Amino acid sequence: MAVITNEVCYHCGDDCVSKLLVKDEKNFCCNGCLNVYSILSAGNLHNYYKLNKHPGESQKKENQQFDYLNVPDIAAKLLSYKDAEKTIVTFYLPSIHCSSCIWLLEHLNTLDAGIIESRVDFLKKQVYLQFDHNHTTLQQVAQLLTSIGYEPLISLQDVVNESNSKNDGLIPKIAVAGFCFGNVMILSFPAYFGISATEKHFGEFFSVLNLLFCIPVVFYSGLDYFKRAYYSLKQGVLNIDFPLALGIAVLFLRSIGDYSFGVGEGFADTLTGLVFFLLIGKFVQQKTYHHLSFERDYRSFFPVAVDVMNENGETKPVALESIKEGDRISVKNQEIIPADAILLNGNALIDFSFVTGESKPVQKVLGEIIYAGGRQTAGSLELEVIKPVSQSYLTGLWNNESFQKSNDTKTKTFVTKVSHYFSIILLSLATLTFLFWLPTSWQIGLNAFTAILIIACPCALALSTPFTMGAALSILDKNKFYLKNTDVVEQLAAIDTIVFDKTGTVTLAENNSVEFIGNLSYTESNMVYSVCKNSSHPLSRKICSFLNSSENFMIEDFNELVGKGMYATYNGQEILIGSADFVFGANNKAITSPQVHVSINREYLGYFKINQKLRPQLGELMLSLNKNYHTYLISGDSNQDNNLLKQYFKSNLHLLYKQSPQDKLDFIAKQQRNDAKVLMIGDGLNDAGALQQSNTGIAVTDNINNFTPGSDAILDGKSFHLLPNILKFTKATVNIIHLSFCIAICYNIIGISFAIQGKLSPLIAAILMPVSTVTIILFTSISTHIQAKKHHLLP
Amino acid sequence: MNIIFFLIACSVTLALFFLGAFFWSHNSGQNKDLYTPSVRILFDDELVEKPAEEKTAEENEQKLKSNQ
Repeated sequence: MAVITNEVCYHCGDDCVSKLLVKDEKNFCCNGCLNVYSILSAGNLHNYYKLNKHPGESQKKENQQFDYLNVPDIAAKLLSYKDAEKTIVTFYLPSIHCSSCIWLLEHLNTLDAGIIESRVDFLKKQVYLQFDHNHTTLQQVAQLLTSIGYEPLISLQDVVNESNSKNDGLIPKIAVAGFCFGNVMILSFPAYFGISATEKHFGEFFSVLNLLFCIPVVFYSGLDYFKRAYYSLKQGVLNIDFPLALGIAVLFLRSIGDYSFGVGEGFADTLTGLVFFLLIGKFVQQKTYHHLSFERDYRSFFPVAVDVMNENGETKPVALESIKEGDRISVKNQEIIPADAILLNGNALIDFSFVTGESKPVQKVLGEIIYAGGRQTAGSLELEVIKPVSQSYLTGLWNNESFQKSNDTKTKTFVTKVSHYFSIILLSLATLTFLFWLPTSWQIGLNAFTAILIIACPCALALSTPFTMGAALSILDKNKFYLKNTDVVEQLAAIDTIVFDKTGTVTLAENNSVEFIGNLSYTESNMVYSVCKNSSHPLSRKICSFLNSSENFMIEDFNELVGKGMYATYNGQEILIGSADFVFGANNKAITSPQVHVSINREYLGYFKINQKLRPQLGELMLSLNKNYHTYLISGDSNQDNNLLKQYFKSNLHLLYKQSPQDKLDFIAKQQRNDAKVLMIGDGLNDAGALQQSNTGIAVTDNINNFTPGSDAILDGKSFHLLPNILKFTKATVNIIHLSFCIAICYNIIGISFAIQGKLSPLIAAILMPVSTVTIILFTSISTHIQAKKHHLLP
Repeated sequence: MNIIFFLIACSVTLALFFLGAFFWSHNSGQNKDLYTPSVRILFDDELVEKPAEEKTAEENEQKLKSNQ
């Protein structure tokens, strides 16, 4: 039926449906792509296509106009700098994906001479622009970017101006610690080989220098450990930072003492090494995903400005927060309803899938209230605002207590549990040793006391988790599974119950499969296509993309009856497309999925069946998960797909339909009261509460720039089938941490056996500390990679 | 052997200089984007084809220069 061409779009690489869009002997899939090509070729930027094959993004969706960027108040919030001659702005462009993008965006001034400089940050997907605002405007720049296929994402919670200053302090601290560590090692070497009595003054000089190097290490690089140890003590918890801070403090004091009383060389080498390795461990653990944000909330979902109408019917953009009650706003196709409003004009077909999870768009009639958060899917609307944005339904939902509450359901990490006992044992052992030696000699006693605290300082223990998790995170990251932080790995390993959301998680939100039950000839299918093309109803669009015809017939008398169907004639033949009671001759069967019936010339031809499309490999995935986990499906939708889905779950009781966001949250809480560790897999705002309540919440998304509130991890839809492997891998990772902990304890026992006898020399400490650290790093990284290969997460 | 005091002073000063250089580069944002420059350096501006006349004119000029 559909005309299959093997041509792919020169710009984006999509299949070309029709052969009409050709320029310079190159095929294009849509007008958007053709336009981009024309702009680029006119600007002599062919290089874009030379660097990569099909570097563009498909331009099939509609573009916005950015009128609001001309409003000074709104623009001022986006600009980072402005003076008489130039303006500096940073845009977030989600479509940056290859080297061609960098090349093109950095040659913007060939397209617009007003742009002085443009620099791309590839990983953050940002472009930094400097332009002369006497020659061009912010709106023109945004439109230019959009016209060449890089639409800037400007949302209410601006992603760009958010400062990423979290780990800024760490790198200078590592630099200082590394600098001191290196110098101290050089100066300590003579002492390792023994300094003869004639050269004793050298030894003293080296010791003084070593002590000087320790000062910045303790008071600058290591300061955070003291702070955190202090905070945890205040809360009555002994976490890993306590023995670490104690070790650092004792090392420093002992080194000063040894020097002042002239009894030894001190432990400057161990001290600087310890802090340096600890900071490296922290650096490895810290992984920031510039292209993801776990902190985004409902504000990033809303547009920056809305078109407000005045009495004369003229529209002008107004910043969203200045929208007030009674304002008349205009919402175009595919735009979000920003505030609760009454429908005044237009055909409202609102997609609330983001708020309620219901995948079918809702038809609204004039005078009805439309809640914020829905997306208009048919033509433009005129609305009257009844509540400002800050009091709207969606905002209220987000600010709901249950969505906001702090999460104490998350499991405690292994290190937290262990370090509590570790600290207690360490302190009692050191005190006992001191008391044992006290009758003999208080010097030996003090020596042994400090030696235990030094040698038992859990450097290897503190490093085992960061290095294992760092390795695990980068492996998961390669499989498009992004974790909020390293604790999530341990939480995932403890899971025993998995709850799935339906729409967008188990089923694909966008991509429904369409089949025609009956027979359609080529001409008939073209006729149906031509009729459906005139309608903006989502089902009509799906039929259009299914039929994918190249010939467009001139139809007459087109008439669309809302909620029923369409009527048209072609060459005197009467075409009816729509619901069963609308189309002549269709019989009313039990409806399990949406159906669209077709009749031509009063002859019933059949119907289109629109199936929800499940994610590929769902069967295998569920088979593997059902073995080890309790699985549930929870959906905001009605049970139209029950027949399709029930085979994947253990019983009908495991499938729940028509659940509100609050119901979902309550269901998870109920499971948790029965001591279940629940993993919630969902998407969108309607699952936010459940994601937050669960022990671990994973948001599945086909576009990772989407807004995923409340989640601990983001899983790219393409990697959905890897879920069982990922869960097994997290379990293996936790085992690796346990094993490396055992190794660390072995080293500690060796060290302590020296320390108890009061025989610990700085040399032994200086050898033991790096050796144990290196062992742990090697063991954890190698075994994590072996486990990843075993679970097919690495090639 | 007292030269060692001088040598160590030199080595520490030199190391401090490098530490300072690192801090300067870090604070001036050179470590902020570690990926894009690696791509950018591979772009060859010569790929942009110059109009044929211009090219031949340039070549002629160069030839003239080399002849002189």
